[in-house]
Amino acid sequence: MSVMNILEAIRDALGTEMAADDRVILLGQDIGKFGGIFRATDGLYAQFGGERVIDMPLAEGAIIGSALGLALSGLRPVAEIQFLGFARQAFHQIVSQVARMRHRSRGRFAASMVIRAPFGGGVRTPELHSDAVECQFAQAQGLKVIAPSNPYDAKGMLLAAIRDPDPVLFCEPLHGYRSIKGDVPSSAYTVDFSKANVVRQGNDITLIGWSSAVNVALRAAEALATEGIEATVVDIRSLLPLDVGGIVAAVESTGRCVIVHEAPLTAGFGAEIAATLAREAFYSLQAPIERVTGPDAPYPLAGAEQMYLPGVDRVVAAARRTAQGQ
Amino acid sequence: MSTPVISQFPYRGDPVAPVRLLEVDGTLTGGGGSVPPMDDEQMLSALWLMMLSRAFDDKGTSLQRQGRFGTFSAVRGQEASVVGSALALDPARDWIVPQYRELPALVNHGLPLESFILYFSGHPAGGYIPEGVRLLPIQISIAAQLPHAVGLAWGLRLQGLDAVVLVYFGDGASSEGDFHEACNLAGVVKAPVIFFLQNNGWAISTPRSRQTAARTFAERAPGYGFDGVVVDGNDLLAVYAATRAAVERARAGGGPTLIESQTYRLGAHNTADDPTRYVAEEVLDSWRDRDPILRVQRYLAACGRWNESIAAKAQEEISQTIDAAFAAARAVAPPTAEDLFLHTYAELTERQARQLREYEMPATGPANG
Ligand SMILES: Cc1ncc(C[n+]2csc(CCOP(=O)(O)OP(=O)(O)O)c2C)c(N)n1
Repeated sequence: MSVMNILEAIRDALGTEMAADDRVILLGQDIGKFGGIFRATDGLYAQFGGERVIDMPLAEGAIIGSALGLALSGLRPVAEIQFLGFARQAFHQIVSQVARMRHRSRGRFAASMVIRAPFGGGVRTPELHSDAVECQFAQAQGLKVIAPSNPYDAKGMLLAAIRDPDPVLFCEPLHGYRSIKGDVPSSAYTVDFSKANVVRQGNDITLIGWSSAVNVALRAAEALATEGIEATVVDIRSLLPLDVGGIVAAVESTGRCVIVHEAPLTAGFGAEIAATLAREAFYSLQAPIERVTGPDAPYPLAGAEQMYLPGVDRVVAAARRTAQGQ
Repeated sequence: MSTPVISQFPYRGDPVAPVRLLEVDGTLTGGGGSVPPMDDEQMLSALWLMMLSRAFDDKGTSLQRQGRFGTFSAVRGQEASVVGSALALDPARDWIVPQYRELPALVNHGLPLESFILYFSGHPAGGYIPEGVRLLPIQISIAAQLPHAVGLAWGLRLQGLDAVVLVYFGDGASSEGDFHEACNLAGVVKAPVIFFLQNNGWAISTPRSRQTAARTFAERAPGYGFDGVVVDGNDLLAVYAATRAAVERARAGGGPTLIESQTYRLGAHNTADDPTRYVAEEVLDSWRDRDPILRVQRYLAACGRWNESIAAKAQEEISQTIDAAFAAARAVAPPTAEDLFLHTYAELTERQARQLREYEMPATGPANG
């Protein structure tokens, strides 16, 4: 057990699984000697060599498309996309090809592979680097779309993702890469990401998020506690598939719910959660479900991003309204 | 003073002549002394596959017109291109990554004909490739299969196998970004892959001249660091010889080859198309004269291996094969609601399981939450 940040936990998971399973190979831009633009693969090239930690041409479609072929050959590729916004360059490969391979071949072939990519704002990146587009992949039936919020989950969910027979889009919280720290066992454990995780218990309101938004929700919960409002905070961990039972139970226990995410409001994944709760938890709801999200506008340049991001203040305000609502 | 022209790769000159080994009249290109790359027996099996393909196109089109088969893309005119390339592979170790217009190659590689029929009848079971058959499913998203083929070839090589992957695609597909990305990557990693471009003159109604300003498609290969070849795609022997050379090179670790097979689509893009709107009848006639099947039949007739009675017997056998495959496909039970969900993931998700129950008990089943 040691204290790690999220990047270190990811690197630890990659190294652990590469040592345990020589089918596992890494593909990406600048991931070799350089160790990746965020150093997620630092040291792995030295340890495992250029045949397993592979610098790829600058072409997201070819990284994902060839990873699918590599998976079909019997290897276990883990592809890094430098920023999730650039996974749009491979959208057709991910959504039409990787996600559907098992289904369209009636189970003969499976794209057992992982696509890792950081996403989210707040770190003053250039244009397009901060876009939270995870929900754009959440309609890709056949794909799993997951997003850890802390180092323990990052390692355990990544190990589970690499061992998963189905393709997993592993969305990493860019904002918390180095700042969020926690205890991480040195063993090779897995986290069952199909289950939402209640990271804080409270009786008055339920805050729901994933990735960085969970940490925003946790800080909001602390602020609310000073006002006597006790919040449950749920980390859904997985957008696709969604743990309906887990979120319904967490909302039924309080009757009030605020959903937090970075992507714009319209057609964001909060809409899916809200509609599901409106059907499944209807009789326990005591106030309208609120969503605290990015506005319906493109992600701005860095100088304006703090206004864009769903911050603690907005979550607290929404939670207060919801907690008082009838 | 005028600005001097600085250009180290000037674009000029005539297009290269395609490799040809068998003339339209069925004689060998080099004259009687040249040795064909296939013996008579191999040519007879190739011819059988080519004729099967042609007969399937006829039968499928007629059934489609009667509403008894779905829309599919005929091979008509491209039989030498498809069969000659497929026969250069070893189905026991090499893979084919198809587009959708390669029926006889798939059959030769081990796909049951009824699978193809099921697929184009719209039955989900048609997507299944039997275990041990080294084929990926048919690709509908143009060019998307190209990077898969590169990854597959590269991965097999990384695992120490001497397998080669041949990927089919069209002249239209070569304009997609996936073509560029796949060729570029294949060159970098020296993947044992053969990019087999069937230049059939058309992408639906878009002529080859609207896809590229290059004289040939094959000449792009050196830009990716590997060789390109142009073959007469209506010449079974030339296609076979060029593909076999590429297979040997790939197997020996020499990396990829881009083969442009110059052929012609003798008919519609698919059964929903009307080529009379854009193809001139004279052009079609000139290609009908170069029919790839006639060419092989003429050669074999001159060798005393083909005549009317052998042809009639082959036709009979082929129509029985096709009828039996359609009958087998018709005998498959229609899809169920379960087929909608099965194999999306290794296991049904809870939500999928609930949705399936709703199909099965529409009145009382749980809602789709
Ligand atoms: C990505 C994509 N765009 C458009 C289409 C529609 N479409 C189907 S076939 C076709 C033409 C393909 O031409 P080519 O690659 O030359 O192959 P051919 O059909 O001539 O064998 C088009 C545009 C498609 N299936 N996929």
